Amino acid sequence: MTNITDLTLTELVNKIKKKEVSSREITNAYVNRSEKSKKLNTYITDNFENALKKASDFDNNPNYEKKLPGIPIAVKDLFCTKDVKTTAGSKILNNFIPTYESTVTENLWKEGSILLGKLNCDEFAMGSSNETSFFGNVQSPIGKNLVPGGSSGGSASALAAKLTPATIGTDTGGSIRQPASFTGTVGLKPTYGACSRYGIVAFASSLDQAGPMTGNVKDCSLLFDVMCSYDIKDSTSVNFKRKNYFKELNNSIKGKKIGIPKEYRVDGMSKEIEDLWQKGINIIKDSGAEVIDISLPNTKYALPAYYIVAPAEASSNLARYDGVKYGFRSEGKNLIEMYENTRSKGFGDEVKRRIMIGTYVLSSGYYDAYYLKAQKVRKLIKNDFDEVYKKVDAILTPSTPSSAFTIGEKSNDPVSMYLNDIFTVPINLAGLPAISIPGGHDSKGYPLGLQIIGKTFDEQNIINIAYAMENQINFKNQIKDWWI
Amino acid sequence: MGIDLKTVKHISKLSRISLDDEKAKKLEADLNSIFAFIEKLNELDTKNVEPLTSIAETTLQLRKDEIKSTNIREQVLKNSPEKNKDFFVVPKVVE
Amino acid sequence: MDLVSKDQNKYSIKRENNEYEVVIGLEVHAQVLSESKLFSTSSTKFGAEPNTQVSLVDAAFPGMLPVINEFCIKQAVKTGIGLNAKINKKSIFDRKNYFYADLPQGYQISQYKNPIVGEGTVILDLPDGEKSIGIERLHLEQDAGKSIHDIDPQNTFVDLNRSGVALMEIVSKPDLRSLEEVNLYIKKLRSIMKYLGTCDGNMQEGSLRADVNISVRKKGDKDLGTRCEIKNVNSIKFMQMAIDYEANRQVDILEEGGKIDQETRLFDTKKNETRSMRSKEDAHDYRYFPDPDLLPLEFTDEFINELKKNIPELPDEKKKRFIEKFKLSPYEANILVSDIDTSKYFEAVIKKSDIKLSTNWITGELFALLNEKNLEISKSPISALNLSKLINLIKDGTISGKIAKSVFEIMAVGDADPQKIIEEKGLKQQSDPKELEKIVDKVINENQDKVKEFKLGKDKLFGFFVGQVMKISGGKANPQLVNDILKKKLK
Repeated sequence: MTNITDLTLTELVNKIKKKEVSSREITNAYVNRSEKSKKLNTYITDNFENALKKASDFDNNPNYEKKLPGIPIAVKDLFCTKDVKTTAGSKILNNFIPTYESTVTENLWKEGSILLGKLNCDEFAMGSSNETSFFGNVQSPIGKNLVPGGSSGGSASALAAKLTPATIGTDTGGSIRQPASFTGTVGLKPTYGACSRYGIVAFASSLDQAGPMTGNVKDCSLLFDVMCSYDIKDSTSVNFKRKNYFKELNNSIKGKKIGIPKEYRVDGMSKEIEDLWQKGINIIKDSGAEVIDISLPNTKYALPAYYIVAPAEASSNLARYDGVKYGFRSEGKNLIEMYENTRSKGFGDEVKRRIMIGTYVLSSGYYDAYYLKAQKVRKLIKNDFDEVYKKVDAILTPSTPSSAFTIGEKSNDPVSMYLNDIFTVPINLAGLPAISIPGGHDSKGYPLGLQIIGKTFDEQNIINIAYAMENQINFKNQIKDWWI
Repeated sequence: MGIDLKTVKHISKLSRISLDDEKAKKLEADLNSIFAFIEKLNELDTKNVEPLTSIAETTLQLRKDEIKSTNIREQVLKNSPEKNKDFFVVPKVVE
Repeated sequence: MDLVSKDQNKYSIKRENNEYEVVIGLEVHAQVLSESKLFSTSSTKFGAEPNTQVSLVDAAFPGMLPVINEFCIKQAVKTGIGLNAKINKKSIFDRKNYFYADLPQGYQISQYKNPIVGEGTVILDLPDGEKSIGIERLHLEQDAGKSIHDIDPQNTFVDLNRSGVALMEIVSKPDLRSLEEVNLYIKKLRSIMKYLGTCDGNMQEGSLRADVNISVRKKGDKDLGTRCEIKNVNSIKFMQMAIDYEANRQVDILEEGGKIDQETRLFDTKKNETRSMRSKEDAHDYRYFPDPDLLPLEFTDEFINELKKNIPELPDEKKKRFIEKFKLSPYEANILVSDIDTSKYFEAVIKKSDIKLSTNWITGELFALLNEKNLEISKSPISALNLSKLINLIKDGTISGKIAKSVFEIMAVGDADPQKIIEEKGLKQQSDPKELEKIVDKVINENQDKVKEFKLGKDKLFGFFVGQVMKISGGKANPQLVNDILKKKLK
């Protein structure tokens, strides 16, 4: 038998259902491999002991009707998990143990899944390299001293290194798709309102969405199917008719119209990225889809608008971390001093930087020039997409402007770090779904991702296109377990 | 438009994050480079554009007026840094 | 107070050469009457043990999200209708950002640029006629928790039971000009909201509090002066004291050639003075922006019309009806409609009884009794039914008004049926002319000297004869009949 950890999520589900393997065996395999992979620094908190116990419980009393029967899954440490420490990668929540469960993780457990542990991420999901975590940076299994991307860096790394059969992340400006692209994995950012935000530590409320991160598109459809639900506890959750994304998975792409936006051909884009994109275009053509040149004229304003909206919302969302109700407190001789000490010692530099930007753009006299302006730009970007979706069914772009960079390479230059999200951010601003799939390798052998952007709540369509392309691309991650 | 040290200190006060001079200077430089990038938006005319109020394609769901949350004081106070069984505790506030 | 004009309707502050007008606007915070909070499902009940009505949402735990209470929205719209105000079909919830120990989210969800209710009016009944006070807006917002400073010398304790309770902030235009107008305005607002059932108006429990905006200007000036805001005053008496202190303070500054700083002030009820809250000024940049956890609140005309249909008769209409239908004086009507329970009581009594007598008995004897016992009319020891019976007994001559008063006193103890009291105590009026004639004859016989004097023109003695008859009858003789018989016999 092949190694358990080499199996895909759907293969594991099938094997469990056929009783060829027990939950305990699977969980044990992932726990063992995770124990041997501490160098990657993917886990902030492990739940191994508990997971093994739950796996035995499952085996003693199995329910094979579930969609994820007895499958252990590690999740990004941004999801609140009952009785398991949840830090959001921050010192300020270093000792925080929720008494409640996020809706998305609850959905996983309800379908038989078992929590394996909490994965590292950029502090409050603010970062593109997992270097802002209070718990240290994460190594990518792709190569030594390579960043796994961010902010769901621990998730991407653990997934690519096969420390978990699948995982979930959150995506505010690219935090699922960019690390998926960097690690040769699949990541889906669903339509805003598809997955509940209840119980997820908030970064920017109007942009945050949880989504699946998996080894392949089929696994992605299964995990998304489980995660996605309407939730009355989240006022921005949308009550639309959800499909059975796993059952309706197919690779029909023939006759579909795929848009290629010229504005994504940015200045200084590397030949390698351009080649990758062309490769994707060719695959689409060869599969019988129609390729249409389109224009999204306001694309270049997306990133500046994002760096107003996201920090503004974050500055307010993070005001609750004040040392009063939970988390870290640094004493002071009066209330204001306590606040200032707690927040300046409890938050890291990037988080502070974004709180400052957000506070500034909302402050008296600047609201119209920045926040209101950004909301108008957001409208224009949304209009751009609405316009092209009259002509096309989906859009194909590269996921990132480059492959993974090395640890420390960009950490001193915030703007160059922010530019990493140039292809992913517009999708969050418009609230659309997008999936990143591995498209190939660059000359260094690092993975590069392709992004398929869909219409609102049209996840099934982009998953199916991705499934068809994946089949043609036939990507294989070249990971050599260098850390073990 | 430049952000000076005074502004940095003002926003640090507003956001209740204390900064020493060195950090404030570093932040001043960072913010200026970030805002230089953000100012790109100024070239776009948005006079007649309606701002986006929500990206969620739905209407606000309304909840019935029912009490569902019961007394969970123990849970609510469990994580508080200064332990007390009845209250949250903060340093004396002088009005 | 010595320098203030005593005539409350012409409130002004006089100094040697100048007379100042005081301009007042109020921001009233009224707690919405609802079972659960605005954005969470915890109870709003007053007086619970600390932190026992706090949900994870109220304490702002990570990942917790607001979900709005439909009933609170309806309450706000109903109140808007009661204020004759424009209902905005689209309104937006904003975050008002500031740090405070009893503000767990680090922001208050409120409405800033797009409130649920726009401009309206409230009519005040002043002795010299009606005055219309403009309403600027009404918006919904969350209440904060409570900081308790006096349990521990080193620490402040925070109770979040109130955190997240729905408030309506009702902002008036600067149309108020005197302490009496402030009094009437608050009472009228409270009356309207109690009629609607949208706020219980209980000031002791903090259901109604106000921020007071005050400026002064020389009599005849057109422009408004610089205003100061006095935060969180929780009784009408304190509002009046604060206004009086603050107006005089501002006049003193102007008289000395100074300038008023626009600022937020606090009223110290112990020292009876206002003082600056400069500490709060630094952090006065609230950085409002639309709450991204909520969508705009939108409703249709049908939604508003449905609520309009169910609006009860409000004090102004009721007053009009009382005057027209029951021929009450505006003064009487005002007294009877100002409180919804009083008006209900009144209408219950007059269903079976004479209106004029009922009005007099309710505004006279009953109010005196309630006042003496410090009771609300809803807790009246005498039910409307029994008062109505009493009035009917007067009207049909069974008892005199005087006897009725003693019956009323007995009723006040145990809400007994007046008919029974009269029977038990034998208080029924003597209206049998033959019996009364006997008593009259007796009085005349025993007082022949007085009869002589009377017949010689000493008219005043008539009262003496009536008194004697009443005395013998034990006060039960029907006074009208006694009069008639005496007149006849003494002719």
